[in-house]
Amino acid sequence: MIYDVTIDGTTFRLDLNLDRATGRWRCLVNGRKVELDAVLPLPDVLSILIEGKAWQVRRERLASSLQIWVGDQSYAAEVSDPRSLRNRKARGDAGKGPRHLVAPMPGKVVRFLVEENAAVEAGQGVVVVEAMKMQNEIKSPKKGIVLKLSVSEGAAVNAGDVLAIVE
Amino acid sequence: MFKKILIANRGEIAVRVIRSCRELGILSAAVYSDVDRAGLHVLSADEAYSIGAAAAAESYLNIGKILTVAKRCGADAIHPGYGFLSENAKFAQACANAGIKFIGPTAASMEMMGSKTRARQEMEKAGVPFVPGTSHGLESAQQARDVAAKIGYPVMLKAASGGGGKGMRLVGSEQELQPALEAAQSEAGRAFGDGEVYLEKAILNPRHIEMQVLADEHGNTVYLGERECSIQRRHQKVMEEVPSPLVDAELRRRMGEVAVRVAQAAHYHNAGTVEFLVDPTLEKNFYFLEMNTRLQVEHPVTELVTGLDLVELQIRIAAGEKLPFRQEDILIRGHAIECRIYAEDADNNFFPSPGKIETLMTPAGPGIRLDSGVYAGWTVPIDYDPLLAKLIGYGQDRQQAIARLTRALPEYFVGGIKTNLGLFRRILEDGDFQSGKIDTGYLDRLLAAKVGREDMGVEKSVAAIAAAVFIVLDSTANQTATKPGAAAESSWKRTARTEGLS
Repeated sequence: MIYDVTIDGTTFRLDLNLDRATGRWRCLVNGRKVELDAVLPLPDVLSILIEGKAWQVRRERLASSLQIWVGDQSYAAEVSDPRSLRNRKARGDAGKGPRHLVAPMPGKVVRFLVEENAAVEAGQGVVVVEAMKMQNEIKSPKKGIVLKLSVSEGAAVNAGDVLAIVE
Repeated sequence: MFKKILIANRGEIAVRVIRSCRELGILSAAVYSDVDRAGLHVLSADEAYSIGAAAAAESYLNIGKILTVAKRCGADAIHPGYGFLSENAKFAQACANAGIKFIGPTAASMEMMGSKTRARQEMEKAGVPFVPGTSHGLESAQQARDVAAKIGYPVMLKAASGGGGKGMRLVGSEQELQPALEAAQSEAGRAFGDGEVYLEKAILNPRHIEMQVLADEHGNTVYLGERECSIQRRHQKVMEEVPSPLVDAELRRRMGEVAVRVAQAAHYHNAGTVEFLVDPTLEKNFYFLEMNTRLQVEHPVTELVTGLDLVELQIRIAAGEKLPFRQEDILIRGHAIECRIYAEDADNNFFPSPGKIETLMTPAGPGIRLDSGVYAGWTVPIDYDPLLAKLIGYGQDRQQAIARLTRALPEYFVGGIKTNLGLFRRILEDGDFQSGKIDTGYLDRLLAAKVGREDMGVEKSVAAIAAAVFIVLDSTANQTATKPGAAAESSWKRTARTEGLS
């Protein structure tokens, strides 16, 4: 399988195959063959050996992002399968069109700071979500018009729930 | 000694108190809200009782419910931990009325310290230093000039009914005073409907240093040394250490003696903490801020450098025992630094990050202590504060304590939710932190600075390989885990379906 992986802005093309019968990996990084062994001792914890060097790698998955920890360094990661239609679509849409404001964590919608059809600047607060005794302002990702407030004040929301749409 | 202690708290501090109870052979009774049934404190205690809904007002803050449980289970004392009811004088009084010992000061001491103005009057009588200035509103520009000339510039103008920085002005010289006063008065008037402004000596880049005290019920009061708490974010402490890089033996003695006077003026019993603002300039003047009438979150750093168990001592004092040592017996040995591990997303505005902990790997080894309230599989509720655990490094000196924490941090992994673990590596390797140049503005400055990261080309490619390996292994796990016995579904078919092609 081919994956394009972007780590903090640098994209790597990986050709990665696991022979499930033998547990052997075949790995090409940007066309160069790499001697790789990998096991998963715990969920989201990977031990990988690359040409004798041992790395412990951890994964943090959230509704909005993927972080890869190598030792005590963390990297923002994006993985796409270049043949996948969804990924091609997603790349084409970047920056344009309506954008969803999603709840970054489960919590309670305390109040909206703007009304529907209001103009907002990028970075302007749109809605306040309370969780863990803290009030958190969720900001608009772009300049535009608030098309829709998708939940009501006082509602309980889950991480990833759409709170508002900005066009 | 008590037979059974009810712990009116949750999370890591409830677990901490249970541990001391067990060492003393005292039964522990936990209380829990609906979302905490499987909490670590419930799993650890000898007895556990439900006290209602998740909202703290319905459970951990409900005096009636907690006292009912305490009476029903036959507890002879209550430990309040920190937060929740720990500084609630009504609760302390209600315990006393019910004949149950409250492990902490009396309601009267708490009330005195809870009121800023009363505390100030009592403390001034005892000769406790406050930030110099006017305690009442300024009546004229002339008065402001006179006071400022007496205490010396720079001075700070503050709105009497202020908050959030509104109506505040830093004034460096006499020429700036009158326009600043007018601006502060009109801003305060607009913001709070009250233009009253007072004046204080400005302390630039102050440090927040506190002093631990212990007082038994027989008139003995001692101090156990300071804690440096200047590393804060939004007035929330993030990292604490002992000794403070600023405090030498002489300053420790002076601050300690003032702290003891504060406690004595309040007729204080049990463990308490006197907070000071310290001017980092040559004179190292310190000023009383407030007294926290409870055990502090950061008490472990004091335990490590003194070799004492503060919770055990709290229990012994409440049981009527005398302090087993005198001031001159207390020695500060080595260096301890605490990291507060919060469930918050340090990469995204420090948003809280409650949820299920899928994987947990914890650090250990020489000089490492972990006071934790969570486990793998536990769902961190959205209803309470985000402190998960405290990671404390201890060494013979500051350098070794830093090295041990730096070594321990990568051993720590909390999977499934986000934590601020990554923040501590940045602090520990920062030059200003290493040379002890920290003040209450330190963390904001560090966070505002751009992350200068050396080129980690090799690590980046390792991260890239790992990201893809995770995905390959996910699909293996899905095939075997979700459909035991069934034929593995072709992954391209599944992909096609989720993408709406079929």
